[in-house]
Amino acid sequence: MKEDKHVLSMLVDNEPGVLSRIAGLFSGRGYNIESLCVAETMAPQVSRLTIVTKGNEPIIEQIKKQLNKLINVIKVFEMTGQDYVQLELALIKIYAKPENRAEILRIADIFKCKVVDVGQEYYTVEVTGDEGKLSALLNLLKPIGIKEIARTGIVALFREAK
Amino acid sequence: MELTGAQILIEMLKSEGVDTIFGYPGGVVLEIYDELSKTDIRHILVRHEQGAVHAADGYARAGGRTGVCLVTSGPGATNTVTGIASAYCDSIPVVVFTGQVPTHLIGNDAFQEVDIVGITRPCTKHNFLVKHTEDLPRIIREAFYIARSGRPGPVLVDLPKDVGSKKIKFEMPGEVKLRSYNPTYNPNIRQLNKVMELVEKAERPMIFAGGGVILSKGSKELTEFARKTQIPVTTSLMGLGAFPGSDPLWLGMIGMHGTFRANMATGACDLMIAVGVRFDDRVTGKTDAFASHAKIVHIDIDPTSIRKNIPVTIPVVGDCRLALENLSRLADEANFGDLQKKRKPWLDQIVDWKSMRPLDYQQDRSGPIKPQYVLEKLYELTKGEAIITTEVGQNQMWTAQYYHFEKPNRFITSGGLGCMGFGLPAAIGAQIACPDQLVVDVAGDGSIQMNIQEMATAVQHNLPVKIVILNNGYLGMVRQWQELFYGRRYSHTCMSCAPDFVKLAQAYGAVGLRATQPSEVVPVLKEGLFSSETVIMDFRVASEEGVYPMVPAGAPITEMLLV
Repeated sequence: MKEDKHVLSMLVDNEPGVLSRIAGLFSGRGYNIESLCVAETMAPQVSRLTIVTKGNEPIIEQIKKQLNKLINVIKVFEMTGQDYVQLELALIKIYAKPENRAEILRIADIFKCKVVDVGQEYYTVEVTGDEGKLSALLNLLKPIGIKEIARTGIVALFREAK
Repeated sequence: MELTGAQILIEMLKSEGVDTIFGYPGGVVLEIYDELSKTDIRHILVRHEQGAVHAADGYARAGGRTGVCLVTSGPGATNTVTGIASAYCDSIPVVVFTGQVPTHLIGNDAFQEVDIVGITRPCTKHNFLVKHTEDLPRIIREAFYIARSGRPGPVLVDLPKDVGSKKIKFEMPGEVKLRSYNPTYNPNIRQLNKVMELVEKAERPMIFAGGGVILSKGSKELTEFARKTQIPVTTSLMGLGAFPGSDPLWLGMIGMHGTFRANMATGACDLMIAVGVRFDDRVTGKTDAFASHAKIVHIDIDPTSIRKNIPVTIPVVGDCRLALENLSRLADEANFGDLQKKRKPWLDQIVDWKSMRPLDYQQDRSGPIKPQYVLEKLYELTKGEAIITTEVGQNQMWTAQYYHFEKPNRFITSGGLGCMGFGLPAAIGAQIACPDQLVVDVAGDGSIQMNIQEMATAVQHNLPVKIVILNNGYLGMVRQWQELFYGRRYSHTCMSCAPDFVKLAQAYGAVGLRATQPSEVVPVLKEGLFSSETVIMDFRVASEEGVYPMVPAGAPITEMLLV
């Protein structure tokens, strides 16, 4: 069966140990976590957690059911197949030799990145976008030399009716 | 009213209707034990914390209530883990209170500190660390509610020492409302209508019932539905007793050591109504070949059980008893035509299978004693009315095959986890829940030694539990696998040194009896079973007897090794 990426967004109790219950569920049952992102919502006792996972249809169904079964999980939404916006933020530290600096800034400009730190040898740029945009940018920067990268993982929300 | 945390715990236990707890004291629970001594809650002092949880488990199953344990921090807590995992696999409502080091020491590697909430996260239905005495009443209320509602299971509450000693103003909490936890009890009636359409059309239907039927107290409804629709019934190990073992529609147990007719029927049926089961691998064997000609209906209160292992035609989420009650009602209005005539070929086929390959063994008069013979006699002498607990292995499977349970809550076994050492403490719990019933632990010589220390608990509390040891000098089930699949190389399964169980019984202040010849089996059983004391009966049985039929792991369940 085909294994697809799925974006699951869930509301959970904002309590110690909840993340561990969810991470433990995934590791204990051999499910995949591609990325995971969690922070408080407008209600301080509730957090929103976004997981990108991979699996065939029965596995994804089982993941959703198992998550719902956890007492601290309030609601699970499957975003994949629905109309939603997704964004990820990345900080990319690029090796900036003098002859590459103009090129880096040009690429950064095209991708609407912000240069957030300029060092003697490295530039750090901030980029937000969906997965496609991020991988396109990384492909262009790779030949120049990426020292390190920090990504937040995807956050997502359903689109509202237009 | 100002109360300490320990006093609040006692108040809450009373308010939950708890009159018995199983426990073992220690440093950080002294405060609670001090309060406990001032109440009339009965405390059963076990000899090992694992025994406390198994006893609470047996108590819950035999008595239909929530079992309660109280232990100390560190090793007291870790010793409960096996018991908790067993209760979790079998969905048994147990609430375990563990002591914890004071909150200011948590995380400091203090004396007798373990992160028991972290350790038991994957084997509890839910667990709590109480950080403030103010939260204690609500958490205890929630713990009991979560343990017994929906698909039941164990809940652990970790109580730091200072939480128990702090005094606060106590108010009895109201009913539990959890926005993230609302089990679905009422099955969707449209789904049930679809089920009934399948039942109307089916030529070769069967019911496969499990522990969920017993937990939902739905045995009566199951029996009514099966008889009304003339559908034969098999059960999983956990479902034994959900359907009367003497009924003509009874197929016997399904699975690895299931009966020939139950497994053959599974292969041939065109409709399987699975109720309160989870399609464990010991039931299904090779999943692709399981009930491969059948449409499958799966009724369960836990949505994760459905489509986890087996694809189903009609899923029904809800309480098993309510679903069966509704199906029974729908069956009244259904059109089956001439039901007897319609079912005849199918039921005749099942009778053929039964006579072709019944459960069988050969008892020679000269011996040795066959373990199956002991169980048959146990069944006859107790008229199928005793509460039977088992250990795990051959003793458990022979009990499942040869003791024909008529009623639910009479067979108490560690089904999912398969936990040796379960039977004796579970029997103690069952005897406390049902003081007037005969409670028998069917054990092997290997597994009885895993929690033998609980003999002292039984004797101390005057519990007349009976222990039937099928003593073959081997870890019998493992030996059987070695015989069949590992060229008879009996690697470390021979228990050549075991205690003299008769003397051991006497040393504990119990009665010890022994049978070495077939002719001694009935007299020993009679003397032991009808004694008013705790009794060990040591049956020296054939050393290399096997459990048959047997489906090798991962094979289709219609491909059985027979005697």
